[in-house]
Amino acid sequence: MSAGTLITSAPLDPMAVVRAVDPAGIGAVVTFLGLVRDHNLGRRVLHLEYEAYEALARRGLDLIVTEATAQWPAVRLAIHHRTGRMEIGEASVAIAAASPHRAHAFAAARYAIERIKQIVPIWKHEYFEGGDVWIEGATADPGNSEAREQALKIACA
Amino acid sequence: MRITIRLFARLRDIAGAGELVREAPGGATVGAVWAGLVAEYPDLSPYEKSISCAVNADYSRFNATVADGDEVAFLPPVSGG
Repeated sequence: MSAGTLITSAPLDPMAVVRAVDPAGIGAVVTFLGLVRDHNLGRRVLHLEYEAYEALARRGLDLIVTEATAQWPAVRLAIHHRTGRMEIGEASVAIAAASPHRAHAFAAARYAIERIKQIVPIWKHEYFEGGDVWIEGATADPGNSEAREQALKIACA
Repeated sequence: MRITIRLFARLRDIAGAGELVREAPGGATVGAVWAGLVAEYPDLSPYEKSISCAVNADYSRFNATVADGDEVAFLPPVSGG
């Protein structure tokens, strides 16, 4: 397993994901934080609860690191994803991509978040004003090459 | 043989449990385990086209054969990030 991937119920520390890519001397680090938004599809969001199939989610994150490293061999990528209840403004995901040059660091970080949304078995339960709903996005299939190509295209846009 | 079924998110809500233990005939596929589940909880059937599956915490396919003691998970469309 990649040392840079983590599923945790504890609050995320943005510096922890930066430290995980061991940035000393490398040149560029891009970080991405996904935060709980206060609105979604016209609803006022109160809080979110994230559920994961933890063992497989960790494998999914490791797979994304493997894919990114194959695409950008000089990149070091770390992904921390939180589970459980989160309030508005809290970070649900933290990504760091380190690279000798900025372009690949930006691309790898963008690729990682796109792939998380495609294949990693984590689900948001949204509690909004007036109700609650499970959010359902993409069918988790890491073998779907079309989805992977799409994530690459977005990353390299 | 005995299979442990793991369900998540809305699937777990529909079945009322995140973990179920069920008997399956030898040579059964993941798809057959799902069909048995849908027979038990018909409200799961709309998920037929959008779920994916895992066996022993690794991504799998519906035509994969399961073995005694396996953990079979059914995953509704994901929404992490």
